[in-house]
Amino acid sequence: MIKNIITNGLYSNNAIFKQMLGLCPTLAVTTSAVNALGMGLATTAVLTGSNLVISLIARYIPKNVRIPAYIVVIACFVTIIDQMMKANFYSLHKVLGIFIPLIVVNCIVLGRAEAFASKNNPLYSLIDGISVGIGFTIALFILGSFREIIGAGTFFNMPVMLSSYNPLLIAVMPPGAFLFLGFLFAGKQFIDSKMKGEK
Amino acid sequence: MEHLLLLFVGAALVNNIVLSRFLGICPFMGVSKSTETAVGMSLSVAFVMTISAVVSFLIDKYILVPLSLEYLRTIVFILIIASLVQFVEMVIEKTLPELYSGLGIYLPLITTNCAVLGVALLNVQFKYSFIEMLIFSFGTAAGFGLALILFAGLRERIAYSSVPKYFQGMPIVFIMAGILSLAFMGFSGMVK
Repeated sequence: MIKNIITNGLYSNNAIFKQMLGLCPTLAVTTSAVNALGMGLATTAVLTGSNLVISLIARYIPKNVRIPAYIVVIACFVTIIDQMMKANFYSLHKVLGIFIPLIVVNCIVLGRAEAFASKNNPLYSLIDGISVGIGFTIALFILGSFREIIGAGTFFNMPVMLSSYNPLLIAVMPPGAFLFLGFLFAGKQFIDSKMKGEK
Repeated sequence: MEHLLLLFVGAALVNNIVLSRFLGICPFMGVSKSTETAVGMSLSVAFVMTISAVVSFLIDKYILVPLSLEYLRTIVFILIIASLVQFVEMVIEKTLPELYSGLGIYLPLITTNCAVLGVALLNVQFKYSFIEMLIFSFGTAAGFGLALILFAGLRERIAYSSVPKYFQGMPIVFIMAGILSLAFMGFSGMVK
């Protein structure tokens, strides 16, 4: 069961590549690998906390008001993370801007609360929160790395391309986010069909 | 007056909420399969976005800031939006039943549209006055509608063309969105 939860969260049911949830932060903050990693970890923290709390209290919440109740729990964790990042990682907090408070309306978090945490025990929900969060972080990190390397010629702010390389600026601009994500999805479909062919 | 006009153009075209700020991507991808549903969605978003921006602006200015409770913004704003959506839904159901059946499922979905919460938060971040806030929120809503309806038109056309095998489905939709976003970048010289 636990192994299933982990592989589901990381790959086979990956929030971005498979379910296409939480696309707004995916496109907006992946201009560099560092930003992508920061956003992914902040979301993971919120997801883990909200999954744990919701699985503990789900049975006491009347069915009709469950969505507002979940949103309040999620908003509390988002506020905690927001204040914590402001205190400890000020420059990252500034770059990510309103996308930190907007984790509240990230469909991944509410989706896991409704689909998993409200029906499973706290341990499973905790593991589910961590693995879905890490799966999301990996997807963000891949997109962020591609965009940073091609768009700025750097990786984690260190130059990785030849000095004659002329950065393709479009990759770090808004249209680049859509184009690169489109190519990543195409790549995933290619890999999936090759894997099916081998079986 | 000119300043307000520029603010409107800036919000609707230059910093388009979907194509350059990346807010509200989920409904943008989700309900853009036909132009009809796109129109319904844009109208309901415009309605909720403007009203929720006004209400959250007033609550922020007259309750949260005087009591120095700014850190509660996220929680308060999302509750305002959620209750407002519920309220709007009930009012429309009672007074305009034909519009209600037209909008149907789109109304409750707006609660999780990050563009709505995003506009409320941006209004605070940019420190707008009341009238600026009103123009900005409405301009943003107009930009959302424009992008959504244009994109729905594009998607209806792409359904009839032959797409390379691995790009079928979502990949080509994203690449199209990228090209549309590229087109909108052409506006960026218009407003500083």
